[in-house]
Amino acid sequence: MSARRIAAEVAAGNRRATEVVEASLAEISTHDGELHAFTEVHAEAAREAARGIDAAVAEGRDVGPLAGVPIGVKDNICQRGRVTSCASKILDGWRPPYDATVVRSLEAAGAIIIGTTNMDEFAMGSSTENSAYGPTKNPVDHSKVPGGSSGGSAAAVGAGMVPLSLGSDTGGSIRQPAAFCGVVGVKPTYGLVSRYGLVAFASSLDQVGPFAQSVEDAALLLEVIAGHDPLDSTSLDVPAPMLVDRLDDGVGGLRVGLCRDLIEGASPEITAAVTASAELLAAAGAEIVEMSIPELHYGLSAYYLIAPAEASSNLARYDGVRYGLRVDAANVAEMNAASRTAGFGDEVKRRIMLGTYALSAGYYDAYYAQAQRTRTLIINAFADAYRSVDLILGATTPTTAFGLGAKVSDPMEMYLSDVFTIPTNLAGHPAISVPAGSDAAGLPIGVQLLGPALSEERLLRAAAVIEKGRS
Amino acid sequence: MAELPDDWEMVVGLEVHTELATATKLFCGCANAFGGEPNTNVCPVCLGLPGSLPVLNEKAVELAIRIGLALHCQIAPSVFARKNYFYPDQPKDYQISQYDKPINGIGHLDLPDGTRVLVERAHMEEDTGKTTHLGGTGRIHGADESIVDYNRAGVPLVEIVSGPDIRSAEQARRYAAELRSILIATGASDGRMEEGSMRVDANVSVRRGPDAPFGTRCEIKNLNSLRSVQRAIDHEALRQVMLLEDGQAIVQETRHWDEDAGRTQTLRSKEEAYDYRYFPEPDLVPLAPSDEQIDAIRASLPAMPAERRRTLVALMGEQATESQADQIASVVDQGIDRYVIAAAAAGVAAPLALARVANELAGALSDGGHLDEDTMVVLLQMEEAGEVSATQSKAVLADLVADGGGDPRAVAKTKGFEQMDAGALDAVLDAVIAENRDAWQRYVEGDDKLTGFFTGKVMAATKGQADGKAVNAGLRQRRG
Repeated sequence: MSARRIAAEVAAGNRRATEVVEASLAEISTHDGELHAFTEVHAEAAREAARGIDAAVAEGRDVGPLAGVPIGVKDNICQRGRVTSCASKILDGWRPPYDATVVRSLEAAGAIIIGTTNMDEFAMGSSTENSAYGPTKNPVDHSKVPGGSSGGSAAAVGAGMVPLSLGSDTGGSIRQPAAFCGVVGVKPTYGLVSRYGLVAFASSLDQVGPFAQSVEDAALLLEVIAGHDPLDSTSLDVPAPMLVDRLDDGVGGLRVGLCRDLIEGASPEITAAVTASAELLAAAGAEIVEMSIPELHYGLSAYYLIAPAEASSNLARYDGVRYGLRVDAANVAEMNAASRTAGFGDEVKRRIMLGTYALSAGYYDAYYAQAQRTRTLIINAFADAYRSVDLILGATTPTTAFGLGAKVSDPMEMYLSDVFTIPTNLAGHPAISVPAGSDAAGLPIGVQLLGPALSEERLLRAAAVIEKGRS
Repeated sequence: MAELPDDWEMVVGLEVHTELATATKLFCGCANAFGGEPNTNVCPVCLGLPGSLPVLNEKAVELAIRIGLALHCQIAPSVFARKNYFYPDQPKDYQISQYDKPINGIGHLDLPDGTRVLVERAHMEEDTGKTTHLGGTGRIHGADESIVDYNRAGVPLVEIVSGPDIRSAEQARRYAAELRSILIATGASDGRMEEGSMRVDANVSVRRGPDAPFGTRCEIKNLNSLRSVQRAIDHEALRQVMLLEDGQAIVQETRHWDEDAGRTQTLRSKEEAYDYRYFPEPDLVPLAPSDEQIDAIRASLPAMPAERRRTLVALMGEQATESQADQIASVVDQGIDRYVIAAAAAGVAAPLALARVANELAGALSDGGHLDEDTMVVLLQMEEAGEVSATQSKAVLADLVADGGGDPRAVAKTKGFEQMDAGALDAVLDAVIAENRDAWQRYVEGDDKLTGFFTGKVMAATKGQADGKAVNAGLRQRRG
């Protein structure tokens, strides 16, 4: 059942939040032993929150747009008093003394956080295999990965254990798993959703966003978490967008660019799904133009310098001194090294070293500064493109979900699965992955819509057209 | 002052860190307060907890700009940067600072002797916590354990970097002293070096004569008093000269000043120097103060110490004596020169006003309490008119300051300080002389040391009510 309908029925007193929560907990107990989408289920707290919602409804109080809706929250978003570990041993058992702004927004909207979802350690990965808790499986095919890094959030929604979840997207970590699990995933405009309480991977790229089973539910959740936050200096001081009410406005008159550079290299079935989606948009009145933004090909290289550089600094605080894992040693330097050696996984170590190198004296200009210049090039190329089109259409991923273990030993191969999603993060733009069929093996395919900053309303309208056209 | 031998010359640049006098820390709402129970004045942001984000304190920006304007710096659009290095008292293992785009660019500071020192930059950054190493060596290497207090973490700082323009330890001390006065005058800092509000690092090198290229420099960290600044630089320059004279090379390194031992020692060598890996802080947006904002701050800046000292010197009438110059510098530093100016404007002799303000008023204010300028002027007028003696005036002043004000005449009356009339004083003088004929005879014959003896006797007999000046005049008159 959709989140919007649950909230409406709970608010109207036609359905009890406690029943909704029990149903969700039952789904979790049925599926999650196998899927492992959740790192922790907050059953008692969820039941208590549901009772609170039901009592509020009984008293006639306003219960918010997500009243009684169970939701999963990625393990890198701080929940006060609950383990928030980024699926890393280095933060094993760490309980933040504060809530992320998005968590407060969820609770104010009446949503019920039912569990914390699995992820690649510190959001570094594309398969949710880099988790201290072990991997999550793809709900469509248990031999496949759910994508990553927000694989737990995608699988939880894909399996129907929750109607909604929150993930974070630094280079595709919402859209890629959304595509792999057959759900909707939105990476909002940088600054639209507060990062306060999102444990940083790459601060200039990170953004919290929604997973949902429908475009409408994604819009509903995005409305709840969007908005200015004085605790985040990079938060945009703009009014929260009105999304749900505009979803049915269609795409008549919009120019949509079918972007060759976001299709080339994709499997034939995915390419066909993109073409079919373009046809749905055209049938709804959009003008489709073929286009190319060759600069996007530099995105991956720039990303794998900027993101690790920021990560090397962001993760320096996990030093064993204040919280998390400490491995005792003879002196502070050795304690520091021993704690990090034991606490960080291979991929995190690889990126810390890469980023440290890129920022080092003598290498900064050749790597970090050059990557920033490339980033500017990509931003300018997008700006040029959006002078002639309103939206851009392409694939979310080059392939459908790959097998568990298939790419763990080949980091470069793993990095390439984000090649289509990374450019929007570099530009700070919004993008959405919406389901567009499946391949011959029955694995979900996602297509991606991209737009300029703060074009969420337009993006979601177009995604709704594709969603509706397919059903 | 130590002199370097032969034709050696020292080259010194100072890096001065000053804490800003804001109510809250640089990036969070925690109080910017000194001391307190360890780790009580902290929050997720200044502890650098995962997920926390900094939000810039606007007041700190204003104070940083005040410092920049007072030092004639170019105020520029600036960018915060991360300075990455590990130390246990650094919560995030990076310090948010400014690097290639500081808020205050090139400026200068003029010393009282007329020399000008280049200010390269004055940038904003956050302070660290405080580590205490226990047991063992008592240093980070070799202590049994270390404990950290993060109350100071995130306190706003401005670092003022001078050019290598300073040529003596004495000049370095004067630069630090003048900078301190300016910081206090801007209201940006309380300038308390003993509490760490202002800390000085010195870069020192030596060379043979003013035309030789700069030598290899050493940086001396954490000089916590003006005296330490001068002593440490003198010692370090001499150490370098002796090494060079001995045919040895100077090793670029960071050195620690041991105040008790009176010498510097190695803290870390160049090889151990950090690669800070500066890069723009992605959690903050670039800072671009508007021209209107800068102009408004400039318009609100009070007169700077140099100008205020000139004003007081001019009030002294004739050439100010050396001790008056010291008093002038002192009252300007303490921001109490306004009392002298008010008194002089009301017709009180400026030297009397300066003496009372620099000594008695400054002392009384430092014990707490306050006093408005008009009340101080009335008291000075009473003293000048002979209504109260100097001794009585000081006693009245102490009471007024402790009470935070009052009517000086009423206070004098309560204390029984009514000036003796001339007839009563004459009678006491005559009686004292009559009781001490032998001493009086010696005084008349020229033993001036006895002036104090007779003054004391008269004061004792009048319980301090006699005016010292009138007593002296009476004694001189009777001596013939």
